[in-house]
Amino acid sequence: MRLDHRELGAIFAGGFVGAVAREALDRGFASGVGQWPWATFIANIVGAFLLGYFTTRLQERLPLSAYRRPLLGTGLCGALTTFSTMQLELLRLLDTNRIGLALAYALVSVTAGFMAVAVATNLVRRARIAG
Amino acid sequence: MSLLVTLGIGVLGGVGAVARFLLDGAVADRVSRDFPYGTLAVNLLGAFFLGILVGAALGANAYHLLATGLIGSFTTFSTWAFESHRLGEDGELRLGILNLIVSLVLGLAAVWVGRRLGTTL
Repeated sequence: MRLDHRELGAIFAGGFVGAVAREALDRGFASGVGQWPWATFIANIVGAFLLGYFTTRLQERLPLSAYRRPLLGTGLCGALTTFSTMQLELLRLLDTNRIGLALAYALVSVTAGFMAVAVATNLVRRARIAG
Repeated sequence: MSLLVTLGIGVLGGVGAVARFLLDGAVADRVSRDFPYGTLAVNLLGAFFLGILVGAALGANAYHLLATGLIGSFTTFSTWAFESHRLGEDGELRLGILNLIVSLVLGLAAVWVGRRLGTTL
């Protein structure tokens, strides 16, 4: 694989901002044992919406730019959202026998994430047709 | 939490994002590009490592730096949702849904195995 150092720099910068923003959400929406993990949920759904928006816009609307997608998509949205923490939260809900809540958290997260990408994609495409 | 820890989370978050990009690219180059194996590999590996960190019972700051910063940024929910949606747009909705379900089940298993391993460290 050919490495582009400026591309890696853009991913690093986006990742820095995404991780700090996720940590701020963690502090703002701290949830106790057995509760719905709001911080991770908000970060994930907002990040999925933004990734759908940025990627569709960058691929289908704006002139090609080498660094916007790594900065905003791979870096910012990739780091703002997290898979691993979500899995740990699921495991902890199961640890405490909150099976219904765990199932709801898993299903609502993936459905809302999928829908957020779909809505963002359609918004960009409708704006293109209208414009 | 100190400003220094927040800065450290940012730096390790940047490192995690770059590592994700490199591993995703390496996997996608070697396996077929018809299915997002790269993101699957990143997410399962990250879930496994997060489990190890939890099991190893680190101090609060070390845990925050590595779990929230490094591993949190390394794994991704947005790309996972995005790639599943695009599979659906390409007429492979069943593969997209399969990607969501398989990742969830294996991810849970990965963090569970990691945690068990971590407690023995």
